[in-house]
Amino acid sequence: MAVEEYKDKLPLKIQEELNEIIPKNTAKSKLNMINEQVYKEYMKMKVEPGEGVGLVAAESIGEPGTQMTLNTFHFAGVAEMNVTVGLPRIIEILDGSKAISTPMMEIYLKSPYSKGKNIKELATNIKETTLKEAAKEISVNISNSTIEITLNMEKLKILNLNVAKLAKQLNESTKGFHVKAADDSISFKPRSKNTELNEIFKLKEKLKDVYISGIKRIKQVLPVKRGDEFVIITAGTNLHEILSLDFVDTTRTTCNDIYEIVEVLGIEAARQTIINEVSKVIDAQGLNVDIRHIMLVSDLMCHNGNIKGITRYGVISEKSSILAKASFETPIKHIINASLVGEEDKLNSVIENVMLNQPVPIGTGLPSLVSRKVPE
Amino acid sequence: MEEMFVFRQVDSIVFGMLSPKMIKKMASAKIVTPELYDKEGYPVDGGLMDIRLGVIDPGLTCKTCGSKLKECVGHFGYIELARPIVHFKYVGVILSLLRSTCRECGRVLIPKNKIESYRQALERIEQEEGLLERRKKIAEIITGLKTANKCPHCRSRQQKISIEKPTSFLENEKRISPIEIRSRLEKIPDEDCEIFGINSKFTRPEWMILTVMPIPPVTMRPSITLESGERSEDDLTHKLGDIVRINQRLFENINAGAPEIIIEDLWDLLQYHITTFFDNEVAQLPVARHRSGQPLKTLTARIKSKEGRIRHNLAGKRTNFSARTVISPDPMLDLDEVAVPFEIAMKLTVPERITKWNAEYLKSFVEKGPNKYPGSNYIVRPDGKKKKITDETKEQLLEELQPGYVVERHLLDGDIALFNRQPSLHRMSMMCHKVRVLPHKTFRMNPAVCAPYNADFDGDEMNLHIPQTEEARAEAEILMEVQTQLISPRYGLSIIGCVQDSIAGNFVLTKGKGVRMPYNEAVDLLLSVRINDFSKLPKKSIVTGHDIFSCLLPNDFDFKGKSKNDEQVIIKNGILIEGTMDKATLGGGSGLMLRNLHKKYGPKITIDILGKMFRLGIQVLLKYGFTTAISDVELPDVANQKIKESLDSARKEVYELISLFEKGKLDAFPGRSIEETLELKILERLNTARNETGLIVANNVDRTKPTIIMTDSGSKGGPLNLAQMSACVGQQAMRGARISKGYNNRTLSCFSQGDLGPSAHGFIRHGFKEGLTPSEFFFGAMTGRDSLMDTALRTPKSGYLYRRLANALQDLRVEYDDTVRDATGRIIQFNYGEDNIDVSKSEGGNLNVKKIIESI
Repeated sequence: MAVEEYKDKLPLKIQEELNEIIPKNTAKSKLNMINEQVYKEYMKMKVEPGEGVGLVAAESIGEPGTQMTLNTFHFAGVAEMNVTVGLPRIIEILDGSKAISTPMMEIYLKSPYSKGKNIKELATNIKETTLKEAAKEISVNISNSTIEITLNMEKLKILNLNVAKLAKQLNESTKGFHVKAADDSISFKPRSKNTELNEIFKLKEKLKDVYISGIKRIKQVLPVKRGDEFVIITAGTNLHEILSLDFVDTTRTTCNDIYEIVEVLGIEAARQTIINEVSKVIDAQGLNVDIRHIMLVSDLMCHNGNIKGITRYGVISEKSSILAKASFETPIKHIINASLVGEEDKLNSVIENVMLNQPVPIGTGLPSLVSRKVPE
Repeated sequence: MEEMFVFRQVDSIVFGMLSPKMIKKMASAKIVTPELYDKEGYPVDGGLMDIRLGVIDPGLTCKTCGSKLKECVGHFGYIELARPIVHFKYVGVILSLLRSTCRECGRVLIPKNKIESYRQALERIEQEEGLLERRKKIAEIITGLKTANKCPHCRSRQQKISIEKPTSFLENEKRISPIEIRSRLEKIPDEDCEIFGINSKFTRPEWMILTVMPIPPVTMRPSITLESGERSEDDLTHKLGDIVRINQRLFENINAGAPEIIIEDLWDLLQYHITTFFDNEVAQLPVARHRSGQPLKTLTARIKSKEGRIRHNLAGKRTNFSARTVISPDPMLDLDEVAVPFEIAMKLTVPERITKWNAEYLKSFVEKGPNKYPGSNYIVRPDGKKKKITDETKEQLLEELQPGYVVERHLLDGDIALFNRQPSLHRMSMMCHKVRVLPHKTFRMNPAVCAPYNADFDGDEMNLHIPQTEEARAEAEILMEVQTQLISPRYGLSIIGCVQDSIAGNFVLTKGKGVRMPYNEAVDLLLSVRINDFSKLPKKSIVTGHDIFSCLLPNDFDFKGKSKNDEQVIIKNGILIEGTMDKATLGGGSGLMLRNLHKKYGPKITIDILGKMFRLGIQVLLKYGFTTAISDVELPDVANQKIKESLDSARKEVYELISLFEKGKLDAFPGRSIEETLELKILERLNTARNETGLIVANNVDRTKPTIIMTDSGSKGGPLNLAQMSACVGQQAMRGARISKGYNNRTLSCFSQGDLGPSAHGFIRHGFKEGLTPSEFFFGAMTGRDSLMDTALRTPKSGYLYRRLANALQDLRVEYDDTVRDATGRIIQFNYGEDNIDVSKSEGGNLNVKKIIESI
């Protein structure tokens, strides 16, 4: 147990560990001794002021980058989906790119669904279904210029749809056609007599991809057993709508699209997502990088409430120093812009001082002497 | 003797634009002629190489400052342009200015009452979100003004202004001359400039149209004298020559009253030359070239990109007092030593100041001169004059020496040096070593420090730097010495540990009950490792390997751990009681015994013990002999039979899967096609087959053979490598799938089309020892090449990521209040890593609470 005296001096994590490990009935004097010793050790481990933790973090992520594989895709286990891993994924996260190559969600379920109840059905209902998948056949009848869709009734039943409902939905998404529902088919007839065949074919192609049920943008679903519960993994993300479903465990369900997280859950969640995603990739490669380094990068990317990528348009454009920006990319542009405003470079970061052969304000270059003039 | 130390520091740099007045004021010569030299080869007055602009020839003195070559930094000149010219780099700004100001009165096209509110909004944005956001807002305002067609101030009609790239502006499809543009820009009042983000204290809009142009000093465009005595001018001089020539022609034509059309043509030509002088890579313009056809390197190209001034000369600098040569291993060196060849030690020097106490000592170096080893190359007089020591000057200099002089003496054993190998990916890529001057021509180091440098000895070269000041040496010793870098800041575990032979040697020494040897042999062994304290060796006629190993350990060291194959390792009171030393205890990374030593005794002792262990391992191998052969992995016939059976059954099962697939009876995995499912199933089955064979090999191999000792101790290779040698190389995979590319429906022309069997898709069922069939060999080559390609593509990608990260994060530091802040003081983290723990001081990123409790 942590002693009151050290409550403010030790980090929370260590206090928790102490509470967990030390038995409750330990003598007070021993407790004090342990706490004191832990505090001593902790003070030895503390970062020193001036330490260039940024550069150390950059090294710690950049160096293993050279050891990562470029293999873009990865099949985890027998039947899971393709995921971007390795270096390309890291680059994607740190770029803060809006469109990621393999958006994915992990949907945790509430009991009893997490035990496997109706799991298949739930999964198929989440998936975005297009007409193509619910139809047996889509054909064009040239003689009377109509489109006829024969439906897969079993599929419709799973999706909780009937022909009439579907016909109504389709009616809304097509213009200039009569929609007629039959027992297991729907037909489209153009309103005006002289609609060209060309247009009918166009409609037919369009109809194939018309959304009929499920959650938009969820392209693929896959129920998987994780430990002793079922999880639905999806390709494609739609956090907002998924979280509003009542059988979803909203506390654990996540996606890997950082921008979506910001929108739905806020910046702190996004920061955590960046940390999780980066460490996931690094762990999968069998590399070892301390979480503090990843935290720092993530904090830098999120610190003003918006996600900023580690690019010349993101984090680096926010630097105050012109020379620091110029030394990265597009130097001329930065210098020209600075000349318009008469911008002043205060020379308080590293690279400008390197350029001027001056000590850098980091580590041993940070402290300086202030001398007081002795009156004569 | 009193010295004055003047220490000045640049406090800030302000960027701005040069006004015509300023250009004239800072110029020391007006350039009027494109000629460079007269008949005697002397620079022409008023020419581009005018000696008022600085000197680049030895012997000449600068007319402006009177100093000689290398002392004169050069001076600017100027030319008066016959007609105004648009500054190419400001074209975008000029366009938005023209578009959003009135053509008559020069005011912004914003109604009077709104100007103030706009200005306030901009100021607020700058305060709250910084210059960048302000710039964005300005861009927004400007696009909004594009459509205004009446001036709210003087009610005059506005015309549509467009740009004809690169440098012409059109008003209603009619060209506006730079003269007209300039007069319009002049009309813009200072207050209105502010809305465009132009601070009129530093920049006036009309300065973006050049009327005079500065001529850079000759020192920044020196000419080279070729061997033939011919002069070859710098690219900039060429370009400036063009500019001056055309400018003069334009002047003459204007004065002669030439037709407008000729003047226009010359004007455009001048514009072209000046534009390419600033930037020779403008998209719409033809590139200015040398007569040989190679493009001229003008100002922009000089500054930007990796080879440009900023990244090549300012952010990265060359150093003196450095050396580079091939590296080779020498386990008899200490970990923090580097062996330096005599040749290098006699070129690199350390400055030492003479005092009355060390005068004799330093004189001895001067006496030896530059050609005998512990000699010296230069002396520096108190006034800073440097004198080279030669055999002729030696005597005289020796007499001159007195306290206050500095002697640059040769490297000696124990001097401080920085040792570095590129790519310098982390801070352990440059560490501080102690010099050992030794014969032969390579740098030598202890192989244990290969890991942090990521070095091997297949021809790698490394660099050595000698710090020249006391401050630099102290900092190097305290912050960069090898023993301070034992723990990687990346994950908080040691990266330096025993490697290769030393692990195998200690494994042999302590395996099982350990080796047994007579007492005197053990003493011999220990002596060869430089241990001369035998008090811990039991006084018995026969001692064991454990006894010998215990001699390395401090007397009060306790350790409990596991070896690689999960046996217990117990050390009590500095004596190895039980267990085998192997990678799990000795190695880097999770080498736990090392980590504990480090924790308890600190870096200095750890590195000493590590060095001893290293040498011991190697000496053991030397004593007992150690050699590997492919026959080491020979298996008994029974095992070979088992491997064959296992592979055969896998093959059979794969064919069963295929026939199931062909009959259409295979169930697809959810979300996959049947073909994909088949591939996955086959891949899985073949992988299990390879693992089975691996197990068979691991269980049947002769454990006394050196190759197996290597894998068991963890010094090199693993069970996979053994299995690949003796049983089965296994499936060759490309991009996570079996090899499938090649010919129509088959991988190689020796298979039939549509063959889905293992051997047709890259399964290598033989081991390396048995030999591969031609097709198997080919598949191996395919994946080998694929992985080469992967590496080649990955290196630049990860390099760029690293550069971006380093640039973004470099100025984050921990402040005295424990927060992490950037250079402007913005808080990034309130507590570094949420708990303020420095990873390189932690144990794998944690504070080991359990151990502390146990110790109490």
